[in-house]
Amino acid sequence: MCALAAAAFLPATVQAQSGEIPRLADGHPDMNGIWQALGNAHWDIEPHTARAALAMQPGPVVPVPRSEIVAFGAVGSVPSGNGIVVGGEIPYLPAALTMRNENRENWLDLDPEIKCYLPGVPRANYMPFPFQIFQSESKVFFVYEYAGAVRDIYLVDPGPAQVDTWMGQSVGSWDGDVFVVEASGFNGQAWLDRAGNHFSASLKVSERYTMMGPDHMLYEATLEDPNTFSRPWTISLPLYRNVAANARLGQFKCVEFVEELMYGHLRKNPIGR
Amino acid sequence: MGPRLSISLCTLIAVVLSAGFAQPADGQWVVPRTADGHPDLQGSWSNATMTPIDRPGGVGAVLTPEQVAALEDGRQDFIETNLANSDPDRAAPAVGGEFTGNLLFDAASGGTGGYNYFYIDGGDNIAVVNGEHRSSLLVDPANGRRPPLTEEGQRRTRERFAFQRQFSEYDNPENRPNSERCLMSFGANAGPPMTPNYFYNNNYTIVQTADYVMIMTEMVHDTRIIRLGTPRHMPAHMRPWMGDSWGRWEGDTLVVETTNIHPNQTLLSISSAAFNPTENIKVTERFTRVDEHTINYQFTVDDPTMFTAPFSGEVPFKALDGLVYEYSCHEGNYAMAGVLSGARAEERESGSNQPDTR
Repeated sequence: MCALAAAAFLPATVQAQSGEIPRLADGHPDMNGIWQALGNAHWDIEPHTARAALAMQPGPVVPVPRSEIVAFGAVGSVPSGNGIVVGGEIPYLPAALTMRNENRENWLDLDPEIKCYLPGVPRANYMPFPFQIFQSESKVFFVYEYAGAVRDIYLVDPGPAQVDTWMGQSVGSWDGDVFVVEASGFNGQAWLDRAGNHFSASLKVSERYTMMGPDHMLYEATLEDPNTFSRPWTISLPLYRNVAANARLGQFKCVEFVEELMYGHLRKNPIGR
Repeated sequence: MGPRLSISLCTLIAVVLSAGFAQPADGQWVVPRTADGHPDLQGSWSNATMTPIDRPGGVGAVLTPEQVAALEDGRQDFIETNLANSDPDRAAPAVGGEFTGNLLFDAASGGTGGYNYFYIDGGDNIAVVNGEHRSSLLVDPANGRRPPLTEEGQRRTRERFAFQRQFSEYDNPENRPNSERCLMSFGANAGPPMTPNYFYNNNYTIVQTADYVMIMTEMVHDTRIIRLGTPRHMPAHMRPWMGDSWGRWEGDTLVVETTNIHPNQTLLSISSAAFNPTENIKVTERFTRVDEHTINYQFTVDDPTMFTAPFSGEVPFKALDGLVYEYSCHEGNYAMAGVLSGARAEERESGSNQPDTR
């Protein structure tokens, strides 16, 4: 009776879909599962053509990949992407745009992903790694394969974040069949992609997770940060469920993978490079 | 008015149903349950306790009220002393540090006053299980001590030490403990078995679905994703840090079996029982809600390659009234570069590691 009463106030299109999506006993869409973005937003969330590498240096004829990544060959090249920014371009304030370009120029030194730092929000959701949603009647929790990042999506608002963090504080609620998450309390050190796109500690992210069917979810996030952007702007992309019979979240504890990069020069006997 | 009435009716029904379900008429606590009828273990918990992993000499398995009072009062005094504001005019600590006598506290601050108790939550109570104040978390064998190593276990332990002795402790990042590298909690909080670290952040968040139980450990935001059902273990050569865990319900107890634990995970690490798991380890954990504020957590370590017998322990997990914060360890790990640079500087000063100038 309750579900019937609620359904009467949903738009027809959502109602048509809602029969197809899995639901928990409490009637909410069941987002439990392993999800991943497809595409190349993790390289650059704005529309971009393929290029030889993210870090380039001048060559005799045209720029060439920086020496540090030449060995990667095509594996170090950037595939093209249609972008996930609604409207195509991030509305940076002038100083923030300059900083983005400097970030891009110094990607190898500055991208937190290279050092295995926590990915932040929304970047975590479109990294080339899956994440798993654990959803019960009383809890929603995201676990990311990359760096073992986590988000406890509080269903009861604990008030403003008590500390600034890489992953921020997330508060979730249901808007009909859409799971809405308000994330804030960031330390401003994470990036948005490998192309130097960034934000400050003032960032507020309003996320909307809409099940489009049993195995697809629309992810939309509006970013508001008056220190960085001239207006709020939105990203939009689908997330795909991993339907493999043996699907499980792997462990990518990359801290030990970057010790040579970060501390190799401090070894008693540094390894020749 | 129509929709509002419907919604408040729904809410009312839900409230009445859940209240009736969780709370019998006599007000006695009954175990809360999830939609599928299993005990609800969800929420945040702490396993902080003063009770050590293995039993100190000279005490029985169960402490007397006098012993409990002495230990807890002593801890309270220690806490109060070390919660006092630091004297802003104090002189630098003596060369070599000034120590309090509390081993962990001193180890963490190096005797330099790095932490006072504001930053620490090492547990201020003796663990109570089945109404008994326990002197050790290990309960089997009956002496509360880890059983002897097998010959193979002794050989592997010697081998590991011999390998480490090739190096000085600050030669390479890999020579530092897992916790300093920000790989795992220094107390093996994530285990399994999940034991307290006797220092801080002994916090966990549990989320339960029909197919999984997820346990997030504050140290170092490590998540154990426990699949429910018949185990289909990963291949033997795959050994994630916290292993491959499968769970099932035995009545109202969640039973979790874990194999494939990483060879470099240090289990029971804040004790003389510390060890590195072999390829044959199986850890069995049992989670039972025993009252409104407590999960009784029992574990059995069975590693026949390492130990002459299986051994078991019990740890109360107490409901945590508060938020679990982000433990972003690696991102702020200035200490790793600091200790390695310090060792290199000492070597330069003593001339023991001259750079190769050829």
